[in-house]
Amino acid sequence: MNKVIKIENQFRVIRVALSIAIALAIAFLIISFVSNDPLFTMYNFIIGPFTSINRIGNIIEVMTPLLFTAVGVCIMYSANQINMASEGAFFLGGVATAYIAVTYSIPAGLHPVVAILAGGIVGAFICGIPALMYVKFKALPVVSSLMINYVCLYLGLFIINYIIRDPEAGYMASYKFIKTAVLPDLFSRTNVHFGLIIGLAIVFIGYLYLMKSKWGYSIRMIGKNPNFAKYSGINVPAVIIGCQLLGGFIAGIGGAVEQLGMYTRFQYQKLPGHGFDGVMIAILARYNPKYVPLAAFFLAYIRVGADVMARTSDVPVEIVSIIQAVIIIFVASERFLEGWKLKKIVKSTKEAFVEEEDNAVKEA
Amino acid sequence: MDAIFSSIFSAEFVFSVLRVSTPLIFVSLAALVVRNGGVMCIAFEGMMLFSALGAVIGSAFAQNQIVGVLLGLIMGMAIAAIFAYFVLVLNSNGVLTGLALNILGSGGTVFMLYLISGDKGSSTALKSLMIPNINIPIIKNIPILGEIISGHNVLTYVALLTVVFVYLLINKTPLGLRIRSVGENPHAAESVGIKVVKTKFIALMIGGFIASLGGIYMSMGYLPFFTRDMMAGRGFMGIAAQNLGQGLTFPTFIAALLFGSAEALSNIMQSLRLPSELMQMVPYIFTLVGLMLVGGDKNKKASKKEAKNE
Repeated sequence: MNKVIKIENQFRVIRVALSIAIALAIAFLIISFVSNDPLFTMYNFIIGPFTSINRIGNIIEVMTPLLFTAVGVCIMYSANQINMASEGAFFLGGVATAYIAVTYSIPAGLHPVVAILAGGIVGAFICGIPALMYVKFKALPVVSSLMINYVCLYLGLFIINYIIRDPEAGYMASYKFIKTAVLPDLFSRTNVHFGLIIGLAIVFIGYLYLMKSKWGYSIRMIGKNPNFAKYSGINVPAVIIGCQLLGGFIAGIGGAVEQLGMYTRFQYQKLPGHGFDGVMIAILARYNPKYVPLAAFFLAYIRVGADVMARTSDVPVEIVSIIQAVIIIFVASERFLEGWKLKKIVKSTKEAFVEEEDNAVKEA
Repeated sequence: MDAIFSSIFSAEFVFSVLRVSTPLIFVSLAALVVRNGGVMCIAFEGMMLFSALGAVIGSAFAQNQIVGVLLGLIMGMAIAAIFAYFVLVLNSNGVLTGLALNILGSGGTVFMLYLISGDKGSSTALKSLMIPNINIPIIKNIPILGEIISGHNVLTYVALLTVVFVYLLINKTPLGLRIRSVGENPHAAESVGIKVVKTKFIALMIGGFIASLGGIYMSMGYLPFFTRDMMAGRGFMGIAAQNLGQGLTFPTFIAALLFGSAEALSNIMQSLRLPSELMQMVPYIFTLVGLMLVGGDKNKKASKKEAKNE
């Protein structure tokens, strides 16, 4: 039986790898149709991100917020709740942080902590709403959470525009963050900031929590089979709400860290999309935080590559969305490669069976 | 306050409710057909974006509305077909596939728009055509009623006719019966010789067709051009309206009108120098409340049933 499990695990990896390969192949096909100089364009797309320290730094910067949203999504989706509110949590968490960072003067060490916690609490609250609506009213989380994202967007813009807008900024943005709130940069030549360390810590804690703790086990059990979980004495509604709150808290922290690490004032005019990216990364990582850094790095690399490509050619960055969509579609399809997998399982069990018979014959 | 009331109790407001509700009516009916077939599809947002862009491209290059509508339908239904293939044949997770197609709709349309017009924001550089408004003879001369019902876009009337069409399709035709039986109990349907996958596929394509009409209306009627992410969650509001209507045609239609009036109201209040950000939240909050209402109702029914059984 062990062999069967091994083959199944193998195929999960193969499926992810093949999905990525198909997505990149489609992207190259599109590039070769669209671009005047396809080879140069592809070179920029693939090699471009590694050609300067600045660009490698960019990859890490882009990756940092994704670590948070992806770990949040891993926890939320493990309970089989397709909750998209991590996007709104990231955005409004950032707004809450900006509010603390521009209005209160708190001593240096404490200021970012308070601001980030505020972002986390707001995020938790936002991701908790779809869960509460699901438990209480059976409202579909996908639909309710997407509506909540729009509410978050406009509420956030209202706060920026009417409460903490800096009239001298020249565009819609908050006042500058007070110096004590800002997170320090890690390396002198890039904008990679302290948030990276917080993000990696969250990945580690998230992994221990979700994969190695009693609470994480009950979340995953609910995701696999809610009835089984219920009959083994787990308070299903409480765990569902709890893990959505936690996932939202992490996404909110992500929004907070991104503001304090990357910007000097809050200046988003629309949803940044990091919450949705988190969904894609979590799917690639198969909802295991352990693989989140790798998947987040991959997406950040594609993002930066597309950015380099867009600057040097006529292929717009939106090609990333096409790659993302193709990857999700193939990873989510259960029967993709299933024929091959079954054949392999049958073959290996047959071999095992023959071996057993041989052994039996020898013994006799 | 007086200004708000006087603008709500006017024929113009009711007219604008119909105008704003049109895409919601289309997409909620699409969601209804698909739901009756037992498929959970959230890809309407992507279908509508692609059909809206297709309509603009087709009408701009052929300088012909019919070509625009056809290209819009083809592009929207292509998304529906991809969804159907992966979910029905490859057994994909429907919600994730829908999510992916919505991402594709959001980024892919901007990608195409940029390649064709050189602009990422809107298609104003393309000279696309609009579908005309029509005045209905006789009715247009009736006071108030004429102001409300006459003078709409052709597609608004098509939306109203689609309500009747979907009602007849689902409730009065053999195909509708097959769709419903596949949705209620696929195994029972299979046992009497109904091809489950084929029937679900047909339901999805009908849904894709209707949702695409909604997308085409957005770029050829509601606005005269395509803008990035122009659906702004309407695909999901349609699903919510269908939930509120509990899968029945006329209640779904009413729910779509309700969400439409919330949007029309928010449009009016934005013009009255209230903070527009807060007013833009109104339709979404309305939808959330709507989602809670349905669920609560169902819970009550379920608990009543349980009580009876005991």
